[in-house]
Amino acid sequence: MNPLVLWFHKLGSPPYFYRFGGRWIPWLYALALVAGAAGFYGALFTAPADYQQGDSFRIMYVHVPCAWMGLFAYAFMAANGFVGLVWHIKLSETMAMASAPIGAAFTFITLVTGSLWGKPTWGTWWTWDARLTSELVLLFLYFGVIGLYHAIEDRRQAARAAAFLALVGIVNLPIVHYSVIWWNTLHQGQTVSLVGPSKIAPDMLWPLLVLAFATHVYFFASLLARTRVALLELESGKEWVRALLPAAETSHD
Amino acid sequence: MKPGTTSAACAALLRRDLLLVWRRRGDALNPLLFAIIVVALFPFALGPETTVLARIAAGTIFVAVLLAMLLSLDALFRSDLEDGSLEQLVLSPHPLALLLGCKVLVHWLTTALPLLVMAPLLAQLLALPAPVLPVLLAALALTTPLLSLIGAVCVALTVGMRRSGMLLTLLVLPLIVPALIFGAGACNAAQSGFAYSAPLLWLAAWLVLAVILAPLAAAAALKISLT
Repeated sequence: MNPLVLWFHKLGSPPYFYRFGGRWIPWLYALALVAGAAGFYGALFTAPADYQQGDSFRIMYVHVPCAWMGLFAYAFMAANGFVGLVWHIKLSETMAMASAPIGAAFTFITLVTGSLWGKPTWGTWWTWDARLTSELVLLFLYFGVIGLYHAIEDRRQAARAAAFLALVGIVNLPIVHYSVIWWNTLHQGQTVSLVGPSKIAPDMLWPLLVLAFATHVYFFASLLARTRVALLELESGKEWVRALLPAAETSHD
Repeated sequence: MKPGTTSAACAALLRRDLLLVWRRRGDALNPLLFAIIVVALFPFALGPETTVLARIAAGTIFVAVLLAMLLSLDALFRSDLEDGSLEQLVLSPHPLALLLGCKVLVHWLTTALPLLVMAPLLAQLLALPAPVLPVLLAALALTTPLLSLIGAVCVALTVGMRRSGMLLTLLVLPLIVPALIFGAGACNAAQSGFAYSAPLLWLAAWLVLAVILAPLAAAAALKISLT
């Protein structure tokens, strides 16, 4: 078998993933910290103030990466949930559920920073604008997934039900998004795009991209850490966990 | 209809569920009462001026109807789960999605249809302008089956939980936001004298999608919950 494919298959095994995660987590956290520090230095010191919004535009450097991560985490959760539902892979179910609280936190930060940014620029903490509303709906979807996951006793059944809800949500998310756009719009349009030139000065752009990278790395570090703990809980009866945690087992008896 | 065929099974299920609702028709009136109470509270809170009431009438009626339906959604599968007939439905050789579709149809007939019949009365209570009433009824007729269908998927996920009421609300409400936007939006457009057919057509398109997909999704969700 192709070594890469073999490695990927091995990664699906909880004990292997546990060791793999343990090796990578410190490096990922360190990388997120360094990239985050560099990004914030650029965001707070080297980027020029906006000609219209002054210094308040710097909130963007927290707001926008977090908004991207809120959506990314949802897509990641739904993709893993799909894999878990179709191929019954325990690790995918666990990862899907581990990414839900992280995504919810990013979405929450997006809403809070958005409202802090809205006060000086629009003159109001909250407005029923299309993007704000769909972000709020996204947060409720996250809460629904997390709530459903914690309401069911059996962990694997809970993960499957919550993953299914995440998939229903992803079908619905475009409908919500376009319906609220049709409903009302005040939020500024897209300024950064992958295809074609971005409508933002390069001095202002690079810290944003570095910070987006840092939040992605942080997401994966946090995801690995959460998944490892969830796997220990899920597999607590298995041989490899007993070998790993002999002290915990004796204290239980 | 030959006994044992899928259509006979659907007919039997429809007859049984309707009969069960009829035997306990007092319970079936609860959502109606709830909607009237919610609508009646608004004039007390906002004052009786008809200009104010007329402006919020359509939206208020929409929210009241959706909440009333949500209240009854919780019990969609409960009695079937308790007496074991839900497991028999899952085990039966007929397509589960079709059988669940029948149950959703009964839910709509027994909860939403009475609310629709009562909507003109609610509109009168809130002084909704008469020309808007047909738009309100059309929007409600498209929105309520959507709620029944999407709600059934969420109920199927929470089936078997002892206290699922609050969680169910949390699951359903974000999914139903577009229906509320389009439905109430059509009424507001009609009230301001604008064209209102576009949102209604969107609702209809979404309903067609939900009629096809939601029973399948509910069947898949139910199988997850009952394993």
